[in-house]
Amino acid sequence: YRGWCLQNARCYSVNHLSVQERIEKKRKAALTGGGQLRIAAQHKRGKLTARERLELLLDPDSFVEYDMFVEHRCSDFGMEADHNKYPGDSVVTGQGRINGRLVYVFSQDFTVFGGSLSGAHAQKVCKVMDQAMMVGAPVIGLNDSGGARIQEGVESLAGYADIFLRNVMASGVVPQISLIMGPCAGGAVYSPALTDFTFMVKDTSYLFITGPDVVKSVTNEDVTQEELGGAKTHTTVSGVAHRAFENDVDALLNLRDFFNFLPLSNKDPAPVTECHDPRDRPVPGLDTIVPFESTKAYDMLDIVHGVLDEREFFEIMPNYAKNIVVGFARMNGRTVGIVGNQPKVASGCLDVNSSVKGARFVRFCDAFNIPIITFVDVPGFLPGTAQEYGGIIRHGAKLLYAFAEATVPKITVITRKAYGGAYDVMSSKHLRGDVNYAWPSAEVAVMGAKGAVQIIFRGKENQAEAEAEYVEKFANPFPAAVRGFVDDIIQPSTTRKRLCRDLEVLASKKQTNPWKKHANIPL
Amino acid sequence: CAGLWGGSFAFDLQLPKRFQQFSCVFSFPQVHVKVADEAVCVGPAPTSKSYLNMDAIMNAIKQTGAQAVHPGYGFLSENKEFAKRLAAEGVTFIGPDTHAIQAMGDKIESKLIAKAAKVNTIPGFDGVVKDAEEAVKIAGEIGYPVMIKASAGGGGKGMRIAWNDEETREGFRFSSQEALSSFGDDRLLIEKFIDNPRHIEIQVLADKHGDALWLNERECSIQRRNQKVVEEAPSTFLDPDTRRAMGEQAVSLANAVKYSSAGTVEFLVDSKKNFYFLEMNTRLQVEHPITECITGLDLVQQMIRIAKGYKLQHKQSDIPINGWAVESRVYAEDPYKSFGLPSIGRLSQYQEPLDLPNVRVDSGIQEGSDISIYYDPMISKLVTYGKTREEALKKMEDALDNYVIRGVTHNIPLLREIIVHPRFVSGDISTKFLPEVYPDGFKGHMLTAGERRELLATAAALYVAAQLRSQKFLGDLSRQWELCVELDKGVHMLGVSRSGNNYTVEIDGEKVEVSGEWNLASALLPITINGKHRTLQCLLRTAAGEISLQYLGTSFKLRVLSNLAASLSKHMPEKVPEDTSSILRSPMPGSVVAVSVKPGDNVAEGQEICVIEAMKMQNSMTAAKTAKVKSVHCKAGDTVGEGDLLVELE
Repeated sequence: YRGWCLQNARCYSVNHLSVQERIEKKRKAALTGGGQLRIAAQHKRGKLTARERLELLLDPDSFVEYDMFVEHRCSDFGMEADHNKYPGDSVVTGQGRINGRLVYVFSQDFTVFGGSLSGAHAQKVCKVMDQAMMVGAPVIGLNDSGGARIQEGVESLAGYADIFLRNVMASGVVPQISLIMGPCAGGAVYSPALTDFTFMVKDTSYLFITGPDVVKSVTNEDVTQEELGGAKTHTTVSGVAHRAFENDVDALLNLRDFFNFLPLSNKDPAPVTECHDPRDRPVPGLDTIVPFESTKAYDMLDIVHGVLDEREFFEIMPNYAKNIVVGFARMNGRTVGIVGNQPKVASGCLDVNSSVKGARFVRFCDAFNIPIITFVDVPGFLPGTAQEYGGIIRHGAKLLYAFAEATVPKITVITRKAYGGAYDVMSSKHLRGDVNYAWPSAEVAVMGAKGAVQIIFRGKENQAEAEAEYVEKFANPFPAAVRGFVDDIIQPSTTRKRLCRDLEVLASKKQTNPWKKHANIPL
Repeated sequence: CAGLWGGSFAFDLQLPKRFQQFSCVFSFPQVHVKVADEAVCVGPAPTSKSYLNMDAIMNAIKQTGAQAVHPGYGFLSENKEFAKRLAAEGVTFIGPDTHAIQAMGDKIESKLIAKAAKVNTIPGFDGVVKDAEEAVKIAGEIGYPVMIKASAGGGGKGMRIAWNDEETREGFRFSSQEALSSFGDDRLLIEKFIDNPRHIEIQVLADKHGDALWLNERECSIQRRNQKVVEEAPSTFLDPDTRRAMGEQAVSLANAVKYSSAGTVEFLVDSKKNFYFLEMNTRLQVEHPITECITGLDLVQQMIRIAKGYKLQHKQSDIPINGWAVESRVYAEDPYKSFGLPSIGRLSQYQEPLDLPNVRVDSGIQEGSDISIYYDPMISKLVTYGKTREEALKKMEDALDNYVIRGVTHNIPLLREIIVHPRFVSGDISTKFLPEVYPDGFKGHMLTAGERRELLATAAALYVAAQLRSQKFLGDLSRQWELCVELDKGVHMLGVSRSGNNYTVEIDGEKVEVSGEWNLASALLPITINGKHRTLQCLLRTAAGEISLQYLGTSFKLRVLSNLAASLSKHMPEKVPEDTSSILRSPMPGSVVAVSVKPGDNVAEGQEICVIEAMKMQNSMTAAKTAKVKSVHCKAGDTVGEGDLLVELE
């Protein structure tokens, strides 16, 4: 027995050694991705490698890698050759921690076949997404990929679809964030589009369905990559991306910060951190911020910054549809979503773009238990053919729908104008607003005094007198307050104190909508 | 009895309170007012429609039934028309008689009267200047350098120094335009310019019964563009004899014009203590609090008593010099541009250092106020007092460090540097102090090696505190941090360890201990660094590791990164800043007065392209290189913001 054992042990150890060597070799190969030359090229482009990015994004020593030994299965066009196989293929996947909180990640490796998506690549991504949904943790994707692995043909397309399906299944279950850190073209763009937030890196990332060459051959349009799908285009013109950062390091550090705002899943409450900013801090500047003349603009961000913890506001889409302001912040340490009309831009009116921007943000907050605070100064929906032809009725309805269906705590502060249908839309009492406040400068009315008088007293004399009467009657918070449509008229400088107190009370709010397969938002 | 306060710079809160038993009415343009028993809106923000609009102010007087008006210190305070109109309505003007305002308000007449009263006067030409060529001729007769200024204006408004004919022409043009916009009167005066002088003024107080006192001097030599920045009382320079001689001449001038109320006689004093009469201001001066500090007299109260017809309460022998007082004028200005170009904005955070003893802040603003282009960019007058000059200056350091102003660029960096500069501390100053000490312009505080370590250590402690807060739920957090901190292109490797509120930071082999009761939300960081107490302010802290700290008055930009992030940052591409030599941008918010070029013009380097007026000051914008004008993006009358594109060159 003893001899057998020894003999066997010897055999085992020989075998073991050779396996061990192979493991080490594969691991080493996996860690260098496409090799030193390609890594150098990646650096030269001002980009970090897939692994460097994860190292920076995640807490030190927290990354647990999956599927390091997965290789692509393509046997055509010479792909089966050993030198064309890279352990882990063109993506690094796994889980790790950001400030101690669990997150699933995938990071596409541009040094391996340009980060192109093979069947194996897609399978690795799907694996982490499935597990993220099971345990209830967010998924962050770092995109840097030339597109489909053309050598694999339909297998690659199937891979995309597998990911899309999981993006949709995970939607509203765990937060999904895409950070575009290189090219992302063709079908690949639809994965970021399906996630909750898409961030980009300035000058080194692109998102488009078809690149400039194809555009030229199809439509004869001359356009650069940057103009077609650069960070500036998508954060200012198309609204595809939610924010852009200076470079890889800046983007990843900001992403860590952003992650702190998010709950891990739809079953988690909004996170609460330690707060040093007194919850009852008066904000004297708010008493004077709304100008005397109702035609004069002010910056809604001054109000927003004033009431938040430490004036810290992570704005979403700061350069797109600037007539509405949305973003994340904290009140007494608790994450809240902020929505505010911006009087500084287009008088803060609602139009197609701002309605869609607001609606998507409100729905995210509602899906992930983040209370919504709405600051209202809205003169109405923007009139005109451009808006009507653009479908302002349909798009405006999205914002209305989003606020109405939301069951998270909803607190509304009317700072000045709340005119017409836009008053109803902006988280009004009628749409189940939990606490609705008016500042003394609030005017809740069907429209401004001038327009109203022109209709009521059409063709009559004494328009000026009638206008004064209308102002006296409606250009103040009383008509809404006497009907209970606002719960209180508050001194602006006490807004922070009131909001913090209400959020505390509403933390245990429970409200459900009627059972349905899913709702039918006017898309 | 009701009094009406007419506003000073934007408006002033401290003084109306001292109407004491009087109910106080406040006139104001369309801005928000909180103090005073009653407030009257006198018109929209532009001064010509509010504080300079006499009809509106007369209406306010009628509406409130005011029996007396205190005009503040600017605008209508030295306007004889205004005083006349008040007299016609039977309303008391809290100030001197119309006659005295008129006599002293006219630079030529005032000099004649001064000469007659045996007051030393500056050699120069007394006469109205008609045009630029006459200005050149007069300047030639007096001999360069000469000073050109508005006849009607006080202070440094509309005043320029010319060293040659060309500068005389330019000075004439600017001064007359500025005089017109600020005073509605384009008359000018040319005088011999005394090189390297001190500006020292004597406060006088005279009643309607022929009695007058001098309340010692104020040293106002620290100036930029002939406007005062730091003042103190008394002056380190005057000996008792000179002080008495100046005081007696000032009183004799006051007597000569039958002056009543508070007034100021300004003198230039040369290095040999020769002094020359400059002008008399027939109003309360901005810097009057320092005189109040060292004499114990309430000048506004004295003015009201005098206006009521009471006799002076004091004799000359009653007037003491108790201790030392320093005043810093806190401006909404960028001190890095010509010692202060106006900036505008909304005071998003504002906190005066009033919890410190012996600190007085006279301001008319509060958190949330807008600093607009319509007024002087003054935020406040910060006054500190001590038994000795050293004590008053130390107090000023603390007050400046504890003063929180966010939302507008301010000149605290410059003020903080002036009051600790060896030349200022030793009293070796003149009106040329700033250009002499900072010949290449003000660049902010220059850090010593020790100060640099303190700054780095504080930034590192802040960074670690913020990181730890994000990780509260991680359990055991005691660990060593390896950081890389960038400051002015210098890169430092730091080791940080923490226990409770104490941070030990190791920088280049030196240990720095940082501790104190501060948190991440507070505007002020009162910390102890290696046993020394310092107050810093955290101006900015971003997720990407950028930290801005106000330290010793100056704000410093740092970047704190983990060693890993710092090493990966090496791969990040450099972003190229735009070439600015062919682009002319507005250095400040203001309005365009004139544009002297059109597209296609050839301009020489230094040639004037346009003139921007901001806060009652005109600034000539010149070409940075010789080139052809590509496009012009502004026209006269436009309002422009800081950084707005004005003109592009090819």
